[in-house]
Amino acid sequence: MRGKSGILAPAALIILLVAIWWGTVAASRSPIIPTPWQVIVGIGELVHQGVLLQHVTASLFRVSVGYLLAVALAVPLGLVMGLFSGVFTAVNPVIQLLRPISPIAWIPLSILWFGVGNLSPVFLIFLASFFPMVVYSTAGVHTIDRQYIRASQNFGVSGLKLLRLVILPGALPQIIVGMRISIGVAWLVVVAAEMIALSAGLGFLIMDSRNAGNRYDLVVAGMVMIGVIGLLLDSVMRRLERLKIVQWQYGR
Amino acid sequence: MADKIRVRDLWKAFPTRRGALSVLEGIDFTVAEGEFVAIVGPSGCGKTSLLNIIAGFEKPDRGEVMVDGVPVTAPSLKGIVMSQQGSVFPWLTVRGNLTFGLDGRPEPERRSIADHYIALVGLQGFERAFPYELSGGMLKRVEVARALAVQPEILYMDEPLAALDALTRFRMRIELLRILSGERHTSLLVTHDVEEAIHMADRILILSARPSKIGRVVSVPFPHPRKLSSPEVLALKEEILRELGVEALTSTTDQ
Repeated sequence: MRGKSGILAPAALIILLVAIWWGTVAASRSPIIPTPWQVIVGIGELVHQGVLLQHVTASLFRVSVGYLLAVALAVPLGLVMGLFSGVFTAVNPVIQLLRPISPIAWIPLSILWFGVGNLSPVFLIFLASFFPMVVYSTAGVHTIDRQYIRASQNFGVSGLKLLRLVILPGALPQIIVGMRISIGVAWLVVVAAEMIALSAGLGFLIMDSRNAGNRYDLVVAGMVMIGVIGLLLDSVMRRLERLKIVQWQYGR
Repeated sequence: MADKIRVRDLWKAFPTRRGALSVLEGIDFTVAEGEFVAIVGPSGCGKTSLLNIIAGFEKPDRGEVMVDGVPVTAPSLKGIVMSQQGSVFPWLTVRGNLTFGLDGRPEPERRSIADHYIALVGLQGFERAFPYELSGGMLKRVEVARALAVQPEILYMDEPLAALDALTRFRMRIELLRILSGERHTSLLVTHDVEEAIHMADRILILSARPSKIGRVVSVPFPHPRKLSSPEVLALKEEILRELGVEALTSTTDQ
């Protein structure tokens, strides 16, 4: 699938979709919905004013902090839940109870607790990434074949060495899947979280452009940037799946 | 020769929905130091359970297993198990797999031990390969090398070659015999392949169908390397097959 056809086919589809967009807007003579060209001009304007980078870095910063915090806490918790069935029995219902509550639903409480500064979106992103990370890390341990645990017993390997040489690498493919899914969810949530207030970020850009002067070209420009960055984040995570140490799982 | 393994009056049953399923009923035998004993029996007769108990992975309901006169309660480096599905860690390189069980030694020494056994099984050049880059036969070699690297006194083999294709299986059998002839381990092989048992073992225990008891014990007096097409070998094979309830066919192979 890689190589030229891996880029050509999706590129052709995107060009087709943009063409349809352009065609319908032109045909409807809508004074509000922007054409692709107006959006490009809008992006150029944001770049020129030097605010685009500011919005992008603000969003990426919030995502990075919330997401990394979630990974740092969720992976150990997931591993412990996977290793000890007692912990799993006690903690899993709580996780499953909290997991379906959309981070968006937490916005009012989040504002109450953390105000409208950076902390609120970071908290929401943390919530969004934390639960899938826990679930996938737990599943990672659960899917390790019993024969590897037996072999470790046979060779007298236990404790931290077992964790480092068997549990962690055995669970890693699932952990990476969890990391990919959560970064997607985190990115989804940052934009929603930024729509509340604040002064920068791509979510803010979208809401602000609408509220201050119906600049729908900038609204769509913000949407395009979110999509492009989301795509880039996903491809970065996909690179993790190509690591030699997890090829045994993805390669077969 | 001294007894290395003593199995005394071993009983084991598994709970099922329709009550306890008795698998082993009063298994008794000994394996001498350096001896190669094969246990043959029909599938599902409890051979694997028996081996698991002897290696310390499972507890018997009754009876006990002694290795060097000490009751076995848990698996240990003294006896390494090699099984049909294999347990070579897919996330470690060949060398990483071999150094896995080597502990309390400086890194250069662990590495040189690993490389010695990698060479012994003919895998030099593949030290840094990952298991998914190897063939089934090569994986088996890694598993054998990893077991030998920790210098166990006993090798427990549970249908170790059954997952290989017929040709590779035959080749690996000869390879195993060559490798084991260098370091004389006490070996216990569980198999349903009568020819494999005759090819490799000094003595063969024949298990009956479940619940298993030891039916007969047969010595294999032929010197190595054994010629499998010799009349004595064929006669012995027929005798064992008859004991297992398979009426001997006139054909000379069942591979």
